[in-house]
Amino acid sequence: MATTAPEAPAQEVGAVQAFTVTLIVRRFDPEKDAEPHWQDFDVEMYSTDRVLDALHKIKWDQDGTLAFRRSCAHGICGSDAMRINGRNRLACKTLIKDLDISKPIYVEAIKGLPLEKDLIVDMEPFFESYRQVQPFLIASSKPEKERLQTIEQRARFDDTTKCILCAACTSSCPVFWTDGQYFGPAAIVNAHRFIFDSRDDAAQVRLDILNDKEGVWRCRTTFNCSEACPRGIEVTKAIAEVKQAILRGKP
Amino acid sequence: MPAKVAGAGASSSSAPLTVPAPRPPVIAGTLYRGHEGMWSWVLHRITGVAIYFFLLVHILDTALVRVSPEAYNVVIESYKTPIMGLGELALVGAIGFHALNGLRIILVDFWSVGTRHQRALFWGVLGLWAVLMIGFAPRHLIHVFGG
Repeated sequence: MATTAPEAPAQEVGAVQAFTVTLIVRRFDPEKDAEPHWQDFDVEMYSTDRVLDALHKIKWDQDGTLAFRRSCAHGICGSDAMRINGRNRLACKTLIKDLDISKPIYVEAIKGLPLEKDLIVDMEPFFESYRQVQPFLIASSKPEKERLQTIEQRARFDDTTKCILCAACTSSCPVFWTDGQYFGPAAIVNAHRFIFDSRDDAAQVRLDILNDKEGVWRCRTTFNCSEACPRGIEVTKAIAEVKQAILRGKP
Repeated sequence: MPAKVAGAGASSSSAPLTVPAPRPPVIAGTLYRGHEGMWSWVLHRITGVAIYFFLLVHILDTALVRVSPEAYNVVIESYKTPIMGLGELALVGAIGFHALNGLRIILVDFWSVGTRHQRALFWGVLGLWAVLMIGFAPRHLIHVFGG
């Protein structure tokens, strides 16, 4: 007797639930628009997806004109730094489940660098200040084999070797937004990487470059850079160490 | 929660390039959502500029006593209003915050682990500031409004 009514096809066991997520993207086409504007997109996402997957879905299925940078898509190349809900993040490292999807997700280009199209900015000013700190080994001695270094000497600058030059830190800095001449956190982090390297001979050169009105003294310790860094580098701490090294006159 | 614009998802059925109406509300991009560090810096700037303008007026009105003591008395008398009383409260609040946060910045810059504790230091500043204001505000307001 106990015939059960045919149930609605139950969800397949283990099926992953999809959510409709609203993305609001700040669009700008230099050939058509005088000003950037916001545009809404609805996409079906899994909670394990990333914001980058949402941008892919928009570009591939809804609007092919959406422009953004990404290369490796795994948090190493540093191409897809953008402002997600008002904070600088890598789109490829920001999971949908970590965002509040009951509200729309705001996505826009990083701040302080010239906007070229949609989520793409001109990175040249950023790389120019990177080049100015001479981010390469400068050593006069020619060792027989390799340049030896103790574990402690290596640990001294370990944190700042992790930089991927995504510009999330530099473009989160309120000083950089208003003063484009400021070297910015990323350049100082990469200077720190060589200033405190025992194998490098040119720490003094880099300290002189950064002991400038537009150098480390522009840092106002707002800690936006430390919070924005997708590699977890303690950026403000590195800048403070360079400040101290300049005051001491040696690393 | 803002209503969803229907055009975005369904644009494939109609003309291929229908651009939804631009969203006017957020014009210059979203406000950067910094944490304690950024807001302490913003407050430090605002209180700093406010204190600067107070000092400018303060030096001018105090200097007036050398020009004309009568005029000085008139000016000082005009300050004894409830509005100026509230202004004094705001001034003490601004100076208190600026002073305490200035000590925090010194610690962040010169204490070797200051950058790691900046967040706790900020809440410490707010706590001390609250104690300061709880001590000052009632006495001051009784003085201003109590006749």
